[in-house]
Amino acid sequence: MKKKLRVKTSKFIDETYKISFRFNGKTYYGYKGDTLASALLANDVHLVGRSFKYHRPRGIMTAGSEEPNAIVQLHKNTSRTEPNVRATEIEIYEGLEASSQNCWPSVNFDIGGINNFLSPLLPAGFYYKTFMWPASFWEKYEYFIRKSAGLGKSPTEPDPDIYEHKYIHCDVLVVGAGISGIMAAKTAAKNGFKTLLVDEKPYLGGSTIYQNSEQFKINNQISSSWLEKEINEIKKIKNLEIKIRTSVAAYHGYNFLLARENLTDHIPLEQRNNKTRHRLLKIRAKKVITATGSLERPLIFDNNDRPGILLSSAIERYANLYGVACGEKNVLFTNNDSAYETAISLYQKGINIEAIIDNREETDSKLIKETEKNNIKVYKGYTVVDTYGYKRINKVSIMQLSKDGQKTIGSKISISCDCLGISGGWTPAVHLFTQSGGKLKFRNEDHVFIPNIYSSDQISIGSCNGDFTLDEISSTVPKTLKEFLNLKKIDYEDLEIKSSFNKSKRNIWLLPSDKIIGKTKPFVDYQNDATAKDIKLALREGFRSIEHVKRYTTTGMGTDQGKLGNMHALGIISETAGSKMGELGTTTFRPPYTPLTFGTIVGRNVGEYFDVFRKTPIHGWHVENKAEFENVGQWKRAWYYPKNGENMHDAVQRESKAARDSAGILDASTLGKIDIQGTDASEFLNRVYTNAWSKLAIGKCRYGLMLNEDGMVYDDGVTTRLDENHYIMTTTTGGAATVLGKLEDYLQTEWPELDVYLTSVTDHYATVSVCGPNSKKIVSQVIPDLDFSDENFPHMSFKNAKIGSIKCRVMRISFTGEHSYEINIQANFGKSVWEKCMEAGKEFNITPYGTETMHLLRAEKGFIIVGQDTDATMTPIDLQMDWIVSKKKYDFIGKRSLYRSDTIREDRKQLVGLLTENPDEVLEEGAQIVADIKKSPVEMLGHVTSSYYSPNLKKSIALGVVRGGKNMMGQKLIIPMENKQINVTVADPVFFDKENKRLNA
Amino acid sequence: MFVINCPYCGEREQSEFKAGGEAHIVRPKQPTELSDDQWAEYLFMRKNIKGIQFERWVHTHGCRKWFNVVRDTSNDVITAVYKMGEKPPTK
Ligand SMILES: [Zn+2]
Repeated sequence: MKKKLRVKTSKFIDETYKISFRFNGKTYYGYKGDTLASALLANDVHLVGRSFKYHRPRGIMTAGSEEPNAIVQLHKNTSRTEPNVRATEIEIYEGLEASSQNCWPSVNFDIGGINNFLSPLLPAGFYYKTFMWPASFWEKYEYFIRKSAGLGKSPTEPDPDIYEHKYIHCDVLVVGAGISGIMAAKTAAKNGFKTLLVDEKPYLGGSTIYQNSEQFKINNQISSSWLEKEINEIKKIKNLEIKIRTSVAAYHGYNFLLARENLTDHIPLEQRNNKTRHRLLKIRAKKVITATGSLERPLIFDNNDRPGILLSSAIERYANLYGVACGEKNVLFTNNDSAYETAISLYQKGINIEAIIDNREETDSKLIKETEKNNIKVYKGYTVVDTYGYKRINKVSIMQLSKDGQKTIGSKISISCDCLGISGGWTPAVHLFTQSGGKLKFRNEDHVFIPNIYSSDQISIGSCNGDFTLDEISSTVPKTLKEFLNLKKIDYEDLEIKSSFNKSKRNIWLLPSDKIIGKTKPFVDYQNDATAKDIKLALREGFRSIEHVKRYTTTGMGTDQGKLGNMHALGIISETAGSKMGELGTTTFRPPYTPLTFGTIVGRNVGEYFDVFRKTPIHGWHVENKAEFENVGQWKRAWYYPKNGENMHDAVQRESKAARDSAGILDASTLGKIDIQGTDASEFLNRVYTNAWSKLAIGKCRYGLMLNEDGMVYDDGVTTRLDENHYIMTTTTGGAATVLGKLEDYLQTEWPELDVYLTSVTDHYATVSVCGPNSKKIVSQVIPDLDFSDENFPHMSFKNAKIGSIKCRVMRISFTGEHSYEINIQANFGKSVWEKCMEAGKEFNITPYGTETMHLLRAEKGFIIVGQDTDATMTPIDLQMDWIVSKKKYDFIGKRSLYRSDTIREDRKQLVGLLTENPDEVLEEGAQIVADIKKSPVEMLGHVTSSYYSPNLKKSIALGVVRGGKNMMGQKLIIPMENKQINVTVADPVFFDKENKRLNA
Repeated sequence: MFVINCPYCGEREQSEFKAGGEAHIVRPKQPTELSDDQWAEYLFMRKNIKGIQFERWVHTHGCRKWFNVVRDTSNDVITAVYKMGEKPPTK
């Protein structure tokens, strides 16, 4: 017979709005306002998954984000599929498709279920002990574990949803909109603080908002009615922003918090297009009020994990908020008064309660008396010793507790049931507080950790601070707020409270059983299948630190971070090891409080926005002319320009030949450019470069090498003296930002007395470099007014000129060894100057070339590329560039390091040229260089740093670093490759035009 | 992520700044007079304190000025910020 589980209407559920959804392939109905969990329970579905290790059937246990069992996969095999979604949080919508994820092949018949019977073989540390050896078997184990444990499937298609990030600055952030949070938000906002109130639920008011009992009143109104009026009031306050479905994931130092605002997860898929799904809020708050509430604790006894066993407070929430009965024959099991609140809610809704089992002996609780008035049988001083029913609980057996609570006495009584609510008291949700660096203290009276020492401007209020009851809240929260916000008078100071809650509790971490512990399964961590037995085993095996026990038993290591069972784990450890709870400390709660999707973390930085890229002013021309691009730092640089289906090698050979035979053109705009001015500019350059600058004439250019203070080559480039106190420095493309930073550092911190000003002008200029024997003919057509004679405009000099009416700077400098010119012009005109050069060069077959050809041409000349031929371990001496190191200068950055005992060693790796025996064989960059292949172990002498086939020399050339290479000229070495050895000869690194005749050709 | 009170701009997010290591290590005026050991002391040796540390920071994505910060490395609390060339606070 079909059960009628949807009871008296709740105002939070819209029964006129029916929604169909599918779970494990079957269609069900629920109402607007339901979560997947409440809708399943209304359909009498408790079994929702299998446990991780033993594959025991598991049911919905909670009604919130602490849920360990009801973890589902949404919309399997679609681009919007998502694993590890808690059924207790997801709101149903038309078309929702969910499936159990921790079961195979189905939740009702699960192959891994056999582990349950093998469990004596699966103790704590099982994974460590079994799967760790031999290491090479791990791949096989992993397949097996993943298949049978089913951690959900990640999507294989691109995520179609939009995510974004938003910064929020506020005076006061209130986390949690329960009764304390509402009081705090109203107080702060009404007193002029710009306030933000967030709550993870889709409604405000926490658990008080569905509290309809006469036993709990504020100012003579039922507490929910009172709170409802408060909520209506705060919605009208202007400087209060309220965000629901927003969970704070992380609380960092300086009151920086990350929260996820969920915007579309509750609406049908077809309505989500072009809407932002999640918004990551980056909140910087001057003050933070944490009102995150508390989580109910389970009780730890044999077989406490069957479907149909829920937290007592969850049963109350399902009844009051969703109008759903979790069962028709309910039994409650408790060690405190909370279960009686549930009982009152249930009988108000007409839901049957078979019995209440209370650990406590007689108390003077008003709630118990009230319950008993309704003819509900209460077993005082009893405990549940076992439960029955495989896929759904059908019976509990109970026994009386001994006086000390350590043993069971008397005979067993059986009570049949289809739902068991358990309550082990409450644990303040201090996760965010501890994330922020706060220190907890243990309160012995009711066995809770509460905030003690704060590390930022924040306060915890309400039950997350250990003030659980209405009268505690009314006596502490207003006082705390007044102090924290520094106010003279606030509302709520004289609330009239009726609270029937009795605080007595009988705390027994691990309830006794009539069986020996080895024969029981009292679960502490439901998600990871860790039992009290496992914890005791870990202690027997010598583990003492809570962090070690946690890892060994995997307690608290699931996606729920053990929100339910951590306290019991601690309690059992302290009892077994005989240490005090307060001294044991807690495990560290790490962000995020609840899992975040990758989309939320990444935000808009996906696809082409994953990283910014920089384009030169001539970029469009390169694209139009089908260049292939290379990433250099954030720059997109033209790499080569394939013609008629050429491959890279053919294109580069053609470009390299053309540049030397007639003319080539390169976009050099990415080179870093730093404008240096001031009366001490020359002195400054003297100190930062290895060579001397004072005597450089105005209008002349000079190549410079920059070292780190450790003597290693850092950057290089040509610097031009534009005027007496005005230079323009060029840096490598990748080094531009760090070189500027380094220069500023020295200028501000070591030499503040120097009159020097640095300005980055990299983006202000486009640089067009024309090289080759015909370069002069081309550039002089573009700039007809300039005298290009060698006398007026020799190599390594600069001229101010004009193209039309636009000023430009022309440098006659060369990185290819060819006669060449660099035109620097205001960026906006870069493309037009490039096109003018192309036009003028037509008759000379001017050939655009990219970075690859540039690298080849400079390698022919033996010019280094910092970062390719050097790697932060190369001094100028190692590079055979002694000529650039001034002997006369007293000091420059890195000078002293050039004669440290290590840097003057003769056998350092030094840059040399390498020629292959077979001139057609091109070496691999990065290949190792050895002398003696037979010696064991083979001694590595160095490696190849640059290697090309030179079309101009018609042979293979390479640069490499070799230990002691400077003195090995002409010596034969070996490059061992996977299936061959290549013979090479050490050579001069300058391969082409050693006399530099072509610079003036 | 902490907030740094740049002495030139005021309070800004840490992400605008870059750390520059231990403060008050002065580059020797006459490096050539130093032994290898003395030079290595300047070049390589840095403290790594758990607790109050004097360090250099630069407002990279702001005024680009270098300055000094006194920070407790155990909890990131910054107790003082002062310009280059100014004396470090004694307490
Ligand atoms: Zn600044």
